[in-house]
Amino acid sequence: METFAFYLFSILIIGLFAVTVLSRNVLYAMTSLAAGMVLISGLFFLLGADFLGVVQLIVYVGAVMALYAFAMMFFDATSVIKEKNSSATTVFLLGGLSAVLLVVIFAAPSIGGNLQPLYPSPDGASNPQAVGLVLFTKYLVPFEVAAVMLLVAMIAGIILAGKKMEHRITSSEEENSGEKEMK
Amino acid sequence: MIGLSHYLILSAILFSIGLVGVIRRKNLLMLFFATEIMLNAANVAFAAISSYYHDLSGQMFAFFIIAVAASEVAVGLGLLIVLYKKYGTLDLDNYTMLEG
Repeated sequence: METFAFYLFSILIIGLFAVTVLSRNVLYAMTSLAAGMVLISGLFFLLGADFLGVVQLIVYVGAVMALYAFAMMFFDATSVIKEKNSSATTVFLLGGLSAVLLVVIFAAPSIGGNLQPLYPSPDGASNPQAVGLVLFTKYLVPFEVAAVMLLVAMIAGIILAGKKMEHRITSSEEENSGEKEMK
Repeated sequence: MIGLSHYLILSAILFSIGLVGVIRRKNLLMLFFATEIMLNAANVAFAAISSYYHDLSGQMFAFFIIAVAASEVAVGLGLLIVLYKKYGTLDLDNYTMLEG
């Protein structure tokens, strides 16, 4: 059953992400990316990382994709993108070489097999409980730093996207001073 | 039976799909999508290693990657909107001048 689920999820994810990368329509790319994210959360559930799967669903599929969808109101989303690529063979050769290199990189530690668990997961706790135990003891400082980073990102997003249509970003002096005061 | 190498190979395949997207795309929004694919591939590898070695550090790193990706999307989309208002296009070939 696990084998079947893994192969189903993998094939669907690879296909959907290939559509994302190769499609010429932004809407198709975005919807296939969202579907791939949902299936990746399925992989997380399969791996026993329940909390990570739920976070993936809420943050990626819920927040990030909704942000893309809202940002697409500013762009011309329905038009087909015209891109001129100088030579397709060079691009695919580079991609293939990188893929081979990456497979070697990823296979190296599992072939070596001398990894030791640094923080073994606590016994007798379900996955969300264990995540809470580790996150609020050993990873407390990165957690707080990530909170500050999210706050900074929120302020930056509001300032950048909330500018008036007729103002250029560096044209008027009082906007620049206002940004400095924000920092 | 599915082993760790299955997940790692899947993650490498997803990462190279994202890499191909980054190399071949000229539209900035599509570059963002390809970046999301690469971040998700890293997340899959972290979760798989965390599960097979019974170590929660991998999942913690995956959480922080998700936080970084969320803030990257917020700032990046704000910048994209500013660029689109200024130039009217998202094609990378048009951004040849970096004056303010």
